[in-house]
This record gives sequence, C-alpha cells and structure tokens, in this order.
Amino acid sequence: MADEVRVAITTDADLVTARAEGRAMAERLGFPRPDPTLIATAISEVARNIVVHVGRGEIVLKPFEDANRYGVVVIARDDGPGIRDVEAAVRDDYSGRGGLGLGLPGARRLMDDFEIESSADSGTTVTMTKWRFRDELAILREERRRRA
Amino acid sequence: MSVAIQRQGDYVIASIQSDLSDSEVLELRHELAEMAGRHRSRGIVIDVAALDVIDSFVARALRSIVLTARLRGADTVIVGIQPDVAIAMVQFRLNLEPLRAALDLDEAIALLDRLTQGDAVDGG
Amino acid sequence: MHEEPDRSAEDEEPEQRTDEEPEQRTDEEPEQRTDDEADERTDDQPARPTEDDSLLQELVAYLRENRTELREEWARRISEAELLGVMSDEEIFSEATEVYDNYVDALETGSIENLQTYARELSERIIPRGVETHEVLGIVLLLRDVLARSLFAKYEGDLELLNRILDSYEPAANRIAVTVGVSFVEERERVINEQQEAMRELSTPVLQLRDRLLILPIIGVLDSARARQLTEQLLGAIRDKRATVVVIDITGVATIDRTVANHLVQTVEASRLMGARTILTGLSSEIAQTLVDLDVDLGMMETVGDLQGGIEEAERLAGYRNADASDSDGTVAT
Repeated sequence: MADEVRVAITTDADLVTARAEGRAMAERLGFPRPDPTLIATAISEVARNIVVHVGRGEIVLKPFEDANRYGVVVIARDDGPGIRDVEAAVRDDYSGRGGLGLGLPGARRLMDDFEIESSADSGTTVTMTKWRFRDELAILREERRRRA
Repeated sequence: MSVAIQRQGDYVIASIQSDLSDSEVLELRHELAEMAGRHRSRGIVIDVAALDVIDSFVARALRSIVLTARLRGADTVIVGIQPDVAIAMVQFRLNLEPLRAALDLDEAIALLDRLTQGDAVDGG
Repeated sequence: MHEEPDRSAEDEEPEQRTDEEPEQRTDEEPEQRTDDEADERTDDQPARPTEDDSLLQELVAYLRENRTELREEWARRISEAELLGVMSDEEIFSEATEVYDNYVDALETGSIENLQTYARELSERIIPRGVETHEVLGIVLLLRDVLARSLFAKYEGDLELLNRILDSYEPAANRIAVTVGVSFVEERERVINEQQEAMRELSTPVLQLRDRLLILPIIGVLDSARARQLTEQLLGAIRDKRATVVVIDITGVATIDRTVANHLVQTVEASRLMGARTILTGLSSEIAQTLVDLDVDLGMMETVGDLQGGIEEAERLAGYRNADASDSDGTVAT
C-alpha cells in the first residue's frame, strides 16, 4: 500500500475532504473503531488551523505497514507566519483551554506520535502518527508459515 | 445554510447538517439567542447526529451557544453525539462542562420538561 | 576413545550390549569417529557407528519396501481401534501415507526438525476436524507397534540380530511418538487460546436489566485492548437500547492500572455525552486504593460498593424507585 494522499487546504469544504480521506485510509488499513474517528478529528484540528490562521496549506496522508505494525502519518503544512510560542501551543494543561486555542494538545492526545516545527521563515509543519500492532495471532501464523 | 431550525412547542430544535464555518457558527448563535428571547423559549435542542467529527472548534461553538442561550433564559441540550465522536471528544479533553446531553430528541424534550418545570435555568 | 576395544570385534561380542541401555549405544559409541566429529554431534544428528548405520539402513529399506502392506495393516488397526472417526477413509489413507513416509524419514535421518514441522502442519489440518489428542497418540503408537511386529516377523530367525534391530528402532520410534504428541498438544493449546480470545472479543455481555437500564459486568483481566472494546460495546448498547443509566460492575476484576483506570473514566464521560449516567460498582479495596494513589480524576463517576446497592441506585436514577436515599448504601456521589 504505497499511496499517499494530498489534500489542498483553503476552504471549509477542504476540511471535509481531508477528514474523509483520513477516515477512509484508516479504515482501509484496518484500524479498529474508534481510531478512524480519532484520526479524522486530529486532521480536522490541524487543517482548521490552516484555514483559520493562514488561509492556505496542505494535508498529506501517508500509510505505512511493516512486519509488526501498520499506521498512518498525517502531515499538515503551511507557509504562514508560524507560531511564535510553539511550546505554549502544545502545552497540555488539561483544562481544554490550553494550547492557545489551536487544539494541538488535544490532537496530540488523539495520536501516538506528534511533532511540530514552526518558524516565520518556513511556516508550520505538524507531523502526527497513529499506529497499531498488527494482530498478534496473524503475526504468529505468518511466522510459522515462513518457518515451514 | 447547514442548520435546520424549527420550533416544537416551547422549544427550539436546531439540526446541524454539516460542519459549520466560523460565520455560520456566529449566525446560529445569534439566531438561537434571538428565538429564545422572541418566543420566550425555555429550551433549545441541538442535534449533531450528522456530524462524524466534533473538533475543538465545534465544541467551542456549542459551548458558546449554550452559554449565550442561558443568558437569554433558555436551557440547551445536545443530542445525537455518536459513540466514536463521544470517545474522541473525551480523549481530546474538550471542555464540555456546561453541555447537557441526551441520546435523542425524545429524551432531550423529557429532560427539558423536567428542567423547565422546576423553573431552574441553572442546571449546574 | 582410542582405548575402546577394536570395533571389528563387536560382532563377536554381543554381550556388550544390553537391552537396558539402548540409549548409551547410540549416543556413546562413536568408536570409529575422531574426537572432532564427536564434538560436532547434535541431538538432531546422532552419529552412528557404521554397524548401526547399516542396520538402520536395512531397517529403513525394509520399511520402505513394505510400505504398502504395512500402511494397510496400520490403517486396519486404526479402524479397529475406532480412531479418527471424524475423517473419511480417503482422508485417513492420504494422511496415513504422509505420516508413514515422514515416520520412516525421521527414522532414517534421526532429525526431528522436519518431523516437528510436519507434525505442526498435520495438527493444523486435523484439529479443526475435531481430532483429539488420544487419537493422535493412538495412531502413532499403533504405527510403532505395526512396524515393530513386522520387524519381529522378519528377524525372528535371528534373535540377536532382532535385538540389535530393536535397539536401533525403539529409541527412534519413541522419540517420534513424543515429538508428534507434543507438537499436537502445543498446537491444540494455541488453537484453544485463539478461540478464547475470539470469544472474549465477541461476548462482552451488556445486559439490559430493565427498560433504559443496562448493566455491564466485567470479569477477569481488564487490559487496554479489552477496555477499548468494552467501551465500544457499551456505547453501542446505550444507543441501541436508549439507556439512561448504566451500571458497570467490576467485582470480578482484581486489579487495574492507570491506563485502564483512565479508560474507565473516559467511558463514563463518553456515556454522559450520550445522555446516560454511570454507576461503578464492585470496586475492591485494592482497586479503590489504586485509584486514589494514581490520583485518577473520578470526576463525574458515581460509585457504590456492592452490586446490589448499585442496582438500587440505578433504578432510582432511572425513575423506578421513589427517591428514598435509604435504599442505597455507601453512595459516593460526585
């Protein structure tokens, strides 16, 4: 499963597309519920930030699979002015009000890995990953087939 | 518009059909606040069953509608939150405190009946 | 080793071998081998003295030559013993052929690795058919007997040779029986675990106690994966049954960790977003202390010590009882 999906983000309608693509990719990879919704929600957060604060950017969705795991990488990119205080933006004060209203702490809680780079020169790039171990019994069966 | 609004007895029912934009949120809030005042509606039901994602923006919007309505003397009940959406909202730790929720319209109306009978606007 | 008696004299000294020590012979008599070769020996490939080698080859050749008759004899005895009832005659024939050939190969090479692989595959095939452990052991031992008897018949004219043949045959045959039996049992256990896992996933009971009132009794180990699955099922049940109150009973759960505790809290909050209130019952004192020590935010959680009290409280909340506080014991409403 090689194919990454790119969604240009400029309007609210693009949020719907980005969420739908994320959900579809998660379901195709075999994520159990409620993961597709969690992934779509995290995508909604970062994509909305682009619409509201920058006006233009893109969401890239990359699926991955290896011997033991499967998952999806979500990259949200824009060329905007950047976030001045990135640390405050991702700080989780558990009140739901933290994070400068950018929803990044929440998105981080929905995903497994989360990284952000932001500067006035290169804009903002958020990279989030959600993954699962592949079904253990399926792994065992494959190992035995390989051994035989 | 992405919201269908109708009156049912003393209550106002707003069904959100699709994700709202910034301006649509303001419009909805304004509309509901007006209706609460104009018709002296004591209760508002917001149906979000059509939303397969509720992110922090939508949650904030709902919250702001609830608080505004309360200032105009109306209780608000949210209905139709799907199971996976509920899990996402909780895991996200959205500030859901003022939100009252019920499973569906019937439950919401029964709840509003109980609340408005006691003449209590503050459900706490 | 160099002090051992000359190998060539063995034929005249059968007294050296005894029936009680067949093992020693195969493992400890590498007289004709050098020290280096002896060190290379592994369990899989026991080095055999040339004498034993040729005996074994003779044995294996004989078993291969008479494959058809011996296999038929074996199949007959399987039917007689009423084993493998779930399989048709064609199936038995086809599996018997494979088992026989693998058996003889194992005798010849002394390698159990191939045999293990074959035994696992065989088990995988026949377990879903309902073949049981005693049947598998039974047929392997029957094959062992059939072959042994035919060796008796062939070599009965020369008792000493027969003894040597049996000394060669018996340990190998026993090893084969053990290998096949153990492989089968291990495969069986694996299948049972698989089935238990599947059952656990399918059968979390969310019970409808009364109209609008659900109860979810949790029994056994509560781990993250199971907690996630329980949440899905509970929320689905709340939606389908239009429940307004849920009792989650963890009397049957011994311990939980922070992850699972948080999961429980999130489940309660998610239920609330679907319009249902939750009462947690049956917390052991250990779990209660764990929750306090972990500083888990119990927020909206209402807990009652025992299940009965929890049900009464739930009925009250759902409107089935008068609001008589003396009904419920130890309510901790937050």
